[in-house]
Amino acid sequence: MTAATTPPITPTESARRVRSTGTVATRTLGISTVVTMGWLVAFGLGFSPADRDQRDAVRILYMHVPTAWLAYLAFVVTAVSSALYLFGKKHSLGFDRVAGASAEIGVVFMALTLATGMLWGKLTWGVYWQWDARLTTTALLFVSYIGYLAVRGLGGSHDQRAKRSAVIGLLAVIEIPLVHFSVRMWRSLHQEASVLDSDGDVDMDGLMLFSLFVGVVAFTLLYVWLLLHRSRAMAMEDLVDDQGLDRALDERRAEAAS
Amino acid sequence: MIGIVAMQDAGYIVGSYVLTFAVIAGFTWRVLRSGRRLADRIDDNDKYWT
Repeated sequence: MTAATTPPITPTESARRVRSTGTVATRTLGISTVVTMGWLVAFGLGFSPADRDQRDAVRILYMHVPTAWLAYLAFVVTAVSSALYLFGKKHSLGFDRVAGASAEIGVVFMALTLATGMLWGKLTWGVYWQWDARLTTTALLFVSYIGYLAVRGLGGSHDQRAKRSAVIGLLAVIEIPLVHFSVRMWRSLHQEASVLDSDGDVDMDGLMLFSLFVGVVAFTLLYVWLLLHRSRAMAMEDLVDDQGLDRALDERRAEAAS
Repeated sequence: MIGIVAMQDAGYIVGSYVLTFAVIAGFTWRVLRSGRRLADRIDDNDKYWT
């Protein structure tokens, strides 16, 4: 038997270690998200009535519309955080990480918007895809943010990454008004605004509107929860990178000294 | 349950819900797993949320 070189971690030390990106607040938020998603399924598939024109296909919109709105919000948060990084006095990398985390979540939501939209399109129009103004601009927006994430993955220092991705984040967000108003600017197969009519009045059955509201609340909670976890993980990724760089520098210095 | 089965085009509608939740579950799992892996390599004092 030989003595261990490092003392074993006692159960109390192990319990003290923070082994995740979670806190009491994020756990509460996570539980609230799951409960609200349950409500969304109950209202979307059960309580909400079928539409006069779209029939049951309207139920897909309780997923499609909130994911689209939250993708827009995520990309706006990316742009605002990018601006705060670029034009802030401290050039805080915390803003860059929020921008990156928000863009990742936005891309996932945008992919879901496109996928659920295709299923809705097949039921309503008879085809999965049309090179219509709304669909094309949405696809372009999606590809732009894939590009944003690809640029974030290029090499260089954290500040280089933050600067180049902030510029793209500020440019890409200009596409959102183009996507939103595409149904008015061009002749489009896609329906106009789902909730408000052209006079700005709410033009939706009460239970349908409530189901959509539940969807928006559920996906907003999910977005905030994911944003907190992802930006914390990104902060740790940067720290691990820095540690690796420090270790490599120490090794080179030791080599040079020997 | 009976309502869902009686629904017109239930495959597409339920499929859109299943697809959405599957993608969200996958992304969430990836985010949490990377957080756990990295948390083991970082000192607690560097975790600003603690």
